[in-house]
Amino acid sequence: MRIKAIKEFFIEKLIFFCGITSIIFVILIFSFLLKEGLSFFKEYHLKDFLFGRHWYPISEPPKFGILPLVLGSLLVTLGAALISVPLGVACAFYIAEVASLRTRDFLKAGVEMLAAIPSVVLGFVGMVTLVPFIKGVFNLPTGLTALSGSIMLGFMAMPTIVSIAEDAITAVPKVYKEGALALGATHWQAMHRVILIAALPGIIAASMLGVGRVIGETMAVMMISGNAAVMPHTFMQPVRTMTATIAAEMGETVQPSGHYFALFAIGIVLFIITFLINFTADFFLHRIKR
Amino acid sequence: MVRIKIKAEALDIRFAQVRALKAVNIEVMRNEILSVIGPANSGKTTFLRALNRMNDLNPDFKMAGNIFIDGEDIYGGMNVNLLRKRVGMIFALPMPLPMSISDNISYGPRMHGIRDKKRLADIVEESLRSAYLWDEVKDRLYLSALKLSGGQQQRLCIARTLAIEPEVVLFDEPCSGLDPISTAKVEEAIFKLKERYTIVLVTNNVKQAARVGERTAFFLNGELIELGGTEKIFTAPKDMRTEDYIRGKFG
Amino acid sequence: MRAQAKQRIAFTVLFIINLLVIVPVALLVIFIAVKGWRAVNWQFLFAFPSNGMRAGGIFPAIVGTFYLVAGSLVVTLPLGVLAAIYLYEYAGNSRLSRIINLAIINLAGVPSVVYGLFGLSLFVITLKMGVSIIAGALTLAIMNIPLVITASREALSSVPHSFREVSYSLGVSKWQTIRHAVLPYALPGILTGAILAVARAAGETAPILFTVAAFYLPQLPKSIFDQAMALPYHLYIISTQIPNISESIRYGTALVLVALVLSMNLFAVVIRSRFRKKKKW
Repeated sequence: MRIKAIKEFFIEKLIFFCGITSIIFVILIFSFLLKEGLSFFKEYHLKDFLFGRHWYPISEPPKFGILPLVLGSLLVTLGAALISVPLGVACAFYIAEVASLRTRDFLKAGVEMLAAIPSVVLGFVGMVTLVPFIKGVFNLPTGLTALSGSIMLGFMAMPTIVSIAEDAITAVPKVYKEGALALGATHWQAMHRVILIAALPGIIAASMLGVGRVIGETMAVMMISGNAAVMPHTFMQPVRTMTATIAAEMGETVQPSGHYFALFAIGIVLFIITFLINFTADFFLHRIKR
Repeated sequence: MVRIKIKAEALDIRFAQVRALKAVNIEVMRNEILSVIGPANSGKTTFLRALNRMNDLNPDFKMAGNIFIDGEDIYGGMNVNLLRKRVGMIFALPMPLPMSISDNISYGPRMHGIRDKKRLADIVEESLRSAYLWDEVKDRLYLSALKLSGGQQQRLCIARTLAIEPEVVLFDEPCSGLDPISTAKVEEAIFKLKERYTIVLVTNNVKQAARVGERTAFFLNGELIELGGTEKIFTAPKDMRTEDYIRGKFG
Repeated sequence: MRAQAKQRIAFTVLFIINLLVIVPVALLVIFIAVKGWRAVNWQFLFAFPSNGMRAGGIFPAIVGTFYLVAGSLVVTLPLGVLAAIYLYEYAGNSRLSRIINLAIINLAGVPSVVYGLFGLSLFVITLKMGVSIIAGALTLAIMNIPLVITASREALSSVPHSFREVSYSLGVSKWQTIRHAVLPYALPGILTGAILAVARAAGETAPILFTVAAFYLPQLPKSIFDQAMALPYHLYIISTQIPNISESIRYGTALVLVALVLSMNLFAVVIRSRFRKKKKW
């Protein structure tokens, strides 16, 4: 009996340890990013890093201003959000409120399949279809543009937005909808006048999480939005995102060097941005649960 | 004094802000059948679950007072798993595990370390006999327990509890989901059990309490209102509220 | 009837939007299949690339992906399942569990390229594993933890509470209850999570860019400390770094990767829905 009790004691300690590994890993990730990235700031000023308009990592002396990269990320993300939020919320509404049971299963499976496609494959397909298409339609010197990236990333954000928004919509108490219907509203009117507003915190959270996903996307955006680390002015030009910069240039750096540490510094910025987005989105999600 | 099996002193139980039991003092005698009656939310199930520490599963559970079994404080450092082995419980809804009849019964003994197949088979047969279920299922012990009728499932649960060889068996409204014939069979099993076990039967069926219990306790709003020989409680109750409940004026 | 007409129009528009999202997915898969199937034959799958990747097959990439996936699963699955057990069966609603949940959400949101940086810094450099299978597998393992925890937690919560109650009431200890009255019935859900984690590990490029991926290896990796080729990285290389490759090789590689990942996802979804419908309790 006692051996069993001792065995169980150790198993439960192991379980507890596994439980806290998530916290350990978040701390580890941030720590190691800081470890490499902070060395960068010994030689380079934070202001020049964050607001510098020139990213010339291999010139002499190198310039590490990430503003073009940040703007590149923001531009692509904005474009993607403009596409994926309205479309995604519309899909979520249809799936949650209008679709029959079989259609709903089918649509949800379809959305899940979209989420499953590896981003390198989407990048590849985008390269051979979307990019030439954009080039042709808009008569551009190259189809590798922020617009192409936005369209592709808009698609990639859909599964996240659709599934979380759908949860939010189905979580709205039925009485809201029934009350509206009882007052003579049509289903559609109940949907866009009552349910939409009631589900708004969740829909906002869904959008934020979708945006978070887009900001963090690397391969697809690297393959189709061009690789020009210049200050973007329009959607129709090549841009460089923060993620693509890290992915593309890490292989070319020598460690340890300013360039190497600079890429880690970008990593820190990305980590903080996505942390804030997730934290805020989670806050909105918890407001629903109340 | 040796006749007292369970003794509760100044038992006061809260779940978050709700006070479920107020200063209850009660004794259960060895080998008796004690019926516990009362309307919904009177605290009778809370009282029952305090006896085998099932309330501990609720994170909001707070208790003051003591419960002694054979003189030992069951909240005072006793191993809770050993306690639950000594004090078994049958729940209101039959809850068979999704396994064969035989596996259901042998689940407890197996978890407690009995591996010998012959011994397990003997335990299964003995328990099923004591629960008056053996004849009905002896040819299909390896079929899923979920295929049994409600009444059979409940007797299965009784057999499952008996298999761990408890000293006390607690019944929490065991017949509430059953038809009259199944109810009669369960009551028959409970009657026979009294020879070897101490039994506490919580029921919201007043007539069942009158049929089965030797003594009856009446709970109302978390308090023990009256406790006495079943015949006396039902013919000449001391408290007006007891009489009103028995007569069906409320609850 | 103007309101009714509006509704009909609105619902049709919504339906079309749904199609707009779903149909391209199907089109994409068909497109890759049509353009790539000619390249995919036994030789393609089992031969090494030759002539600077312009001919031959993708065998080492498939093998590398397999090693990475297996290696990461070996770490992620036990860690994730036990963590889910802690959260669901032991932790309750304490402050600690809320912090853990926040950590999980954040792990899920970390960009994959940042995982690559982390893997590079911790495994490759600090722990001196070098660019290796083990570094890549561990990086992928950490990336997949939120997925396995979430799927396992859902699986645990779908097991009826009555199983636990019955087991406890028979005097069975907590861990034994979990092991015998809960886990066996949560297995399908946990399996779903494992398959989804495998599919994800097979398809991710950024985490393996700096931790394991090799441009070309003449031989298969012999130990976990060797570099390896991998399918997603291979696709990236042959579509962006190597000019003049025949179209069908590129599409063929994409097809193999997509087929692998989608079939695993489909499998997981099927298991999950059969589990939900066929529950015998």
